[in-house]
Amino acid sequence: MERVPVLKIGDILLVSIQIDMEDQVALQLQEDLADRIVATGCHGVIIDISALDIVDSFVGRTLATIAAISKVLDAETVVVGMRPAVAITLVELGLSLPGIRTALNVELGMELLARVRVDHFDDDDEEDAGATGTPAASDS
Amino acid sequence: MSEQGQRIEVATDQDVVRVRQLVRTLAVAVKLSLVDQTKLVTAASELARNTLVYGGGGSVEVAPVDNGRRKGIRIVFSDQGPGIADLDLAFTDGYTSGGGLGLGLSGARRLVDEFDIVTAVGEGTTITVTKWCR
Repeated sequence: MERVPVLKIGDILLVSIQIDMEDQVALQLQEDLADRIVATGCHGVIIDISALDIVDSFVGRTLATIAAISKVLDAETVVVGMRPAVAITLVELGLSLPGIRTALNVELGMELLARVRVDHFDDDDEEDAGATGTPAASDS
Repeated sequence: MSEQGQRIEVATDQDVVRVRQLVRTLAVAVKLSLVDQTKLVTAASELARNTLVYGGGGSVEVAPVDNGRRKGIRIVFSDQGPGIADLDLAFTDGYTSGGGLGLGLSGARRLVDEFDIVTAVGEGTTITVTKWCR
């Protein structure tokens, strides 16, 4: 069985899907990514699908599952490079990939991840402020 | 099926990939637009997976068709599986009997121009789809 390589670049795991995946290959990728997120402590995952000429419901569901698993493991996932015809087909199929962040290419995906990470830290600061009992403006 | 039709037995994941590739090749040959190729290959992937997962395997025949005005591609998915007891339910978006997303049948029907299904409980299911060039 073929395998999709997972590359580590700084704080990001990059996956570029270059083959027409059998369902088992997609499931294997899901497991490999979860393992690599934990092993590397990376906080971002970029999945490049620019080489995919279709995304069917199985692959769509796999992408959504990867995003959900990553989230639980403290990493954000961005799917990049979707072709226009693939986007049109996905939406018509009924799969709008809710919960999945997308960007047009790898570069924009990396920018998005950097922004998400900053927001994430901001949120943490607010939560910490609340936890220490600071009388922050509250509507309750 | 016309003489240029090709048949693939679907028994494994790998066969579903072969169906996608065959449909793509023939769709390009009859000059379907890129979006229509993508829609047809996606529909074929959904339906071939249904043949495998729900039908327990079967066959897929792909052939170019010509109605005198337009060219297109016709695909027939057949299995001798359990059949579908409640078609209305099976075509409901989000309904699944097998742990999928429930978009396969209803989604595939939206992606093609013609969609025909013949099913009998205990005998199997045959689905025929056609996509025409615009």
